[in-house]
Amino acid sequence: MSIYQELILDHYHSPHNSGVLQKYDADVSVANSSCGDKLRITLKVRQEKITDIAFTGEGCAISIAAASMLTDEVKGKDLEAVTGMTKDDVLKLLNIQLTPTRLRCALLPLEGISKAILSLKSTML
Amino acid sequence: MLQQKSDFPILSQKNKLTYLDSAATSLKPQAVIDAMDEYYTSYSANIHRGLYPLSERASAEYEETRQVIADFIGARSEDEIIFTRNATESVNLVAYSYGREHVQKGDEIVTTVIEHHANFVPWQQLAFGTGADFKVIDITDQGDLNIFDKNGKLQLQDVITPKTKIFACNYVSNVLGTVQPVKDIIKAVRAINPEVIILIDAAQAVPHLEVNVQDLDCDFLVFSAHKMCGPTGVGVLWGRQDLLENMSPFLFGGDMINEVHIDKSVWATVPHKFEAGTPDIAGVIGLKAAVKYLQDVGLEKISKHEDELASYTREKLHEAFGNALSIVGEYSRLPHVGVVAFTIRGCHPHDIAGILAEEQICIRAGFHCAMPLHTRLGAKATSRASFYMYSTKEDADLFVSKLKNAYSVLT
Ligand SMILES: Cc1ncc(COP(=O)(O)O)c(C=O)c1O
Repeated sequence: MSIYQELILDHYHSPHNSGVLQKYDADVSVANSSCGDKLRITLKVRQEKITDIAFTGEGCAISIAAASMLTDEVKGKDLEAVTGMTKDDVLKLLNIQLTPTRLRCALLPLEGISKAILSLKSTML
Repeated sequence: MLQQKSDFPILSQKNKLTYLDSAATSLKPQAVIDAMDEYYTSYSANIHRGLYPLSERASAEYEETRQVIADFIGARSEDEIIFTRNATESVNLVAYSYGREHVQKGDEIVTTVIEHHANFVPWQQLAFGTGADFKVIDITDQGDLNIFDKNGKLQLQDVITPKTKIFACNYVSNVLGTVQPVKDIIKAVRAINPEVIILIDAAQAVPHLEVNVQDLDCDFLVFSAHKMCGPTGVGVLWGRQDLLENMSPFLFGGDMINEVHIDKSVWATVPHKFEAGTPDIAGVIGLKAAVKYLQDVGLEKISKHEDELASYTREKLHEAFGNALSIVGEYSRLPHVGVVAFTIRGCHPHDIAGILAEEQICIRAGFHCAMPLHTRLGAKATSRASFYMYSTKEDADLFVSKLKNAYSVLT
């Protein structure tokens, strides 16, 4: 089965939560050194919940679709629940099987969101 | 078709493979696999030690490869051939062994922005470690080294100086596919400073072109067996004998030694001084079969075949994608080997390679171990198709037609 399913291509062609939030509590960038892909993630937090999130950047269909779906998924969620998300949660959202190389593309958004939450915690401390 | 696909068992399988990644590693003909098989099944002894016939045969086959390689690249003597793990290790051997002893603060090490990381990072680190200046020759927007004046005459006065100790340059670029005029470049370097030590990275040249180290007049030359129909795990360093003799060993241990005492050791002579420990015996024997295979097909025929295929592919790509397509190095005046690296607007290289992979078409996407070049070109990453003697027009056609599908999926 192709990994380029309609759902993935839809998100790739019109990603949700695309852009940079005007007001945010965290702003991080992550990159995939093997292809030069970059994502910037901004997010807003109220009472330990992600109330808004946006991303910009360049990437392949898999990383952009993953960013689009994952930002949908984490919006409104407790920080703690998001911190606990794993590779399997991302794969479940994408609903495809990936080889190790492409897995790195799919996991870049999760890496970004985790990094953003970590940066929040360090500023709150 | 130049060479029977059936010589390459991986291509004769049912899986309908379209292999367009020969610049990363070539496929292996049955003859090479057989030569290695025979070592493992009939005489798999260690070399240079046993006094029994099995070991003597293994030693003889191994050492014969040295002679075959020496003849293949025009070396004066087989003692100038050192077996390493790959081209990368060969460069590192020179950078450590020669570089650390001869390069000092204030000296200059010169390389180019189009090098593979294997011929870039060892020199960069040598410069950082010794305090030498690391000078990197830039390219023009066409992808040619920026060392020619308006009339196409070599102009190296700005880069090579009396302080230059080492000049390291590729023979064929693994991304641009261009063949550098290395012989002329070497002559021009020597004219400015005859003392410069010149290393040529021939990893992408030896598989496709006739290379002659004496004609080139370089000091060191490196390549990998796995890109020339040989096995993985074997690389070659050729060096001028007088240089090799005066260099310290890179790795210490067995096989590279004549005498060991508690208070001192005495090294073996060249080339054994640089081959510590049990080498990849089967791999070296496989390399001998690979060279024979290449000679039987004929290097001239190979490069002509690749050149035709690459030109054909470039033409088809332009037809299919118009101005959305950009092929790096295409407008260089230099001759090309069978490498076509490109970008298509709106298509991420990973997605292109991913969609083609679903059709059993193997191409590469990314930086191809040449990040300085990609940065210079302003390309985030490229897709690369590369050809060899077993590649066919049908491969190229299938590639372009599936690429069109990918384009319509992605845009
Ligand atoms: C031009 C060039 N130099 C050096 C290398 C390094 O070869 P290896 O990885 O076998 O050491 C390569 C391989 O891709 C290459 O294309």
